[in-house]
Amino acid sequence: MTVVIQETGNALLSVRQVAKSFTMHLRDGVILPVVNDVNFELFAGECVVLGGPSGVGKSSILRMVYGNYAIDSGEILIRDRTSGEARDLGAGDPRLVLDLRRDCIGYVSQFLRAVPRVSALDIVAEPLVSRGVDRAVAAEKAAGLLNRLHLPEALFDLPPATFSGGEKQRVNIARGFITDHPILLLDEPTASLDAANRDVVISMIQEKLDAGTAILGIFHDQPVRDAVATRTIDVSAFSARKAA
Amino acid sequence: MTLPEYNFAYLDEQTKRMIRRAILKGIAIPGYQVPFASREMPMPYGWGTGGVQVTAAILGPDDVLKVIDQGADDTTNAVSIRAFFAKTANVATTTKTADATVIQTRHRIPEAPLSAGQVIVYQVPIPEPLRFLEPRETETRVMHGLEEYGLIHVKLYEDIAQHGHIATTYAYPVKVEDRYVMDPSPIPKFDNPKMNGSPALQLFGAGREKRIYALPPFTHVVSLDFEDHPFQVQKFKQPCALCNATGVYLDEVVTDDRGGRMYVCSDTDHCETRRQDGHHGTGLPIAGQETVKEDAA
Amino acid sequence: MTSPILSVRDLERRYGDFIGCTDISFDVWPGEVVAIVGESGSGKTTLLNCISGRLERSSGSIQYHMRDGRFPDLADLSEAERRFLMRTDWGFVHQNPADGLRMRVSAGANVGERLMAIGDRHYGEIRDTATEWLGRVEIAGDRIDDKPVAFSGGMRQRLQIARNLVTRPRLIFMDEPTGGLDVSVQARVLDLLRGLVSDLGLAVVIVTHDLAVARLLSQRMIVMKNGRIVETGLTDRVLDDPHHPYTQLLVASILES
Repeated sequence: MTVVIQETGNALLSVRQVAKSFTMHLRDGVILPVVNDVNFELFAGECVVLGGPSGVGKSSILRMVYGNYAIDSGEILIRDRTSGEARDLGAGDPRLVLDLRRDCIGYVSQFLRAVPRVSALDIVAEPLVSRGVDRAVAAEKAAGLLNRLHLPEALFDLPPATFSGGEKQRVNIARGFITDHPILLLDEPTASLDAANRDVVISMIQEKLDAGTAILGIFHDQPVRDAVATRTIDVSAFSARKAA
Repeated sequence: MTLPEYNFAYLDEQTKRMIRRAILKGIAIPGYQVPFASREMPMPYGWGTGGVQVTAAILGPDDVLKVIDQGADDTTNAVSIRAFFAKTANVATTTKTADATVIQTRHRIPEAPLSAGQVIVYQVPIPEPLRFLEPRETETRVMHGLEEYGLIHVKLYEDIAQHGHIATTYAYPVKVEDRYVMDPSPIPKFDNPKMNGSPALQLFGAGREKRIYALPPFTHVVSLDFEDHPFQVQKFKQPCALCNATGVYLDEVVTDDRGGRMYVCSDTDHCETRRQDGHHGTGLPIAGQETVKEDAA
Repeated sequence: MTSPILSVRDLERRYGDFIGCTDISFDVWPGEVVAIVGESGSGKTTLLNCISGRLERSSGSIQYHMRDGRFPDLADLSEAERRFLMRTDWGFVHQNPADGLRMRVSAGANVGERLMAIGDRHYGEIRDTATEWLGRVEIAGDRIDDKPVAFSGGMRQRLQIARNLVTRPRLIFMDEPTGGLDVSVQARVLDLLRGLVSDLGLAVVIVTHDLAVARLLSQRMIVMKNGRIVETGLTDRVLDDPHHPYTQLLVASILES
């Protein structure tokens, strides 16, 4: 168990000198560098947008911060909401990552990974249930979010496997927004949404920011970016491929 | 010219000592199945080879032997075993329960209570009560050793699930001195309570399976059951048709080919003794007329 | 934060000169699902059998956190204690349900057996509990007196799960629990397992060669090859960013659907 106590100021997330590459063992060990010397911080109530051209490593950075990708070097310090300590998620201790995911970091991926036979409502409610919230309370909150995102109620009790892309994405967004995680990672949340639902998501993001949530996101959608971004980080600056 | 005689009670002395050691061990650990080097006997398996070996090992010249099969002294099996020991051990034989010192039995315990000093020897086909559900002998031995007896209740559970009550009517499993689960041999469960606290020594011999086990006098023997389905013995709705006895185990006897039947004591000695004492029942049914309306419960 | 429920250190199992598994160290924490993946012959089943007390190890330690707070090596428990553990605090779900069920006794007795083994002697209560557990694994109550031989493969597997869970164990071992089932039936069993594991807070060690099963059920993954652990970590990290050449090969071999 790695508990690192570091000076991180007020930052909820502090990414320090992070490098990431892929070693392709099936391709004769070719090393694919992704990013180098990534440094940035994320504070409460701001929405930082990762910018830069496609393939520059934006999604990879989100995945590293979520613990989904391992890092080669550096630190990813997350402020633990209960103890206030900074904990190094980058060290890769699975149990620490799971704890931080449960309590500190939410993530809305580009695509919903549907679980067979689990209803949309249960998928959305699950993060709350896993934190000990009563099932009925969680379900009510989940229904509220799905209603707000205009998902037809007839779909609530169905598994999303057969939903359209936009419907699945709304389930995914509701699941990511249902908790009050201090840090929220958004990977193109509005990519497959129509204008009306896009506006709902924008207002949901703004509410999160007002409540002090720190958001790190990728938004290719210009109007959304303009509406929510408080700061932009150009990931090209960290690109290892450019340097290599 | 004289033929060489049999050794007393057929078996050689070394074999008898080996069997006695097994018996003593069985008495020391009531309900525990002691392996022994079962011998070939001049009769087929299933005819009481285990019981005969136990009887041979404990018989002395002064003993009086009674042999019953299904409660009767006059069936082939009983008659031949009695004759066997009369010839090989020259012991006195009897059909009177009270007069016998050693009673070898198949499928019954006599109705007349046994007394101190008497020995009853049961013929056992399958000594392992857990075999129905667990065929591996290695496993059942461990289960006995560690007192893991949940399985025996699985069998009783199945009975109730299928029949609404515990339908096992013979070889009904018992727990001995709160330790070993034991197969009482295929006696009717009606006889199970007679095993508990009996002043007689009870020995069990399984020839084919090469096991001996024992209940010393006054051993605590409990028939297994569920709290909400307690152990019950069979009850009969009518007395013995010959001696009018109640509270005894009855056999159904078909008296003709038109449905006539009667219920009589399975213990022939008990029945005869009562009749000599002046008891008598309804007798043979009149042909073609049902005298007994209801079957045994 | 508590402590591991199972702790394995430097475990080795040899078959003569042949290595079944070696140099195995890992912990399992309460409520955690750990998947052991690898191809046939990678030693994953040998490992599972060693840590579940079904196979003797050659060396190393396996400690288990007992309900009474002790943390003994399994080898230091008496056989009686070990067997008691296996039928109360542990469960084992076999790939082939026939290996874990009594095929000739009814579904109700299969579920009730563990209760009777720990001393339950009230037929009505045993039956009520069995009915409840059949319901939890989606077997209709009116099948309670049917024997597993009359059940489909998926139903048998669900019955095996119920039989294991009725004593509220804390640790379950599973050996390819969906391996023998049709794909259409797999999803139902997996979903049921997923729900029960999280509702009951079970710790699970599951052996599978199916990475989709590992992703769906487990939080952590152990990848084995030639009897050794080659990679371990958070399940989604191992699957989305595999590091070891063998893990990369495994992940690359999945058909995308």
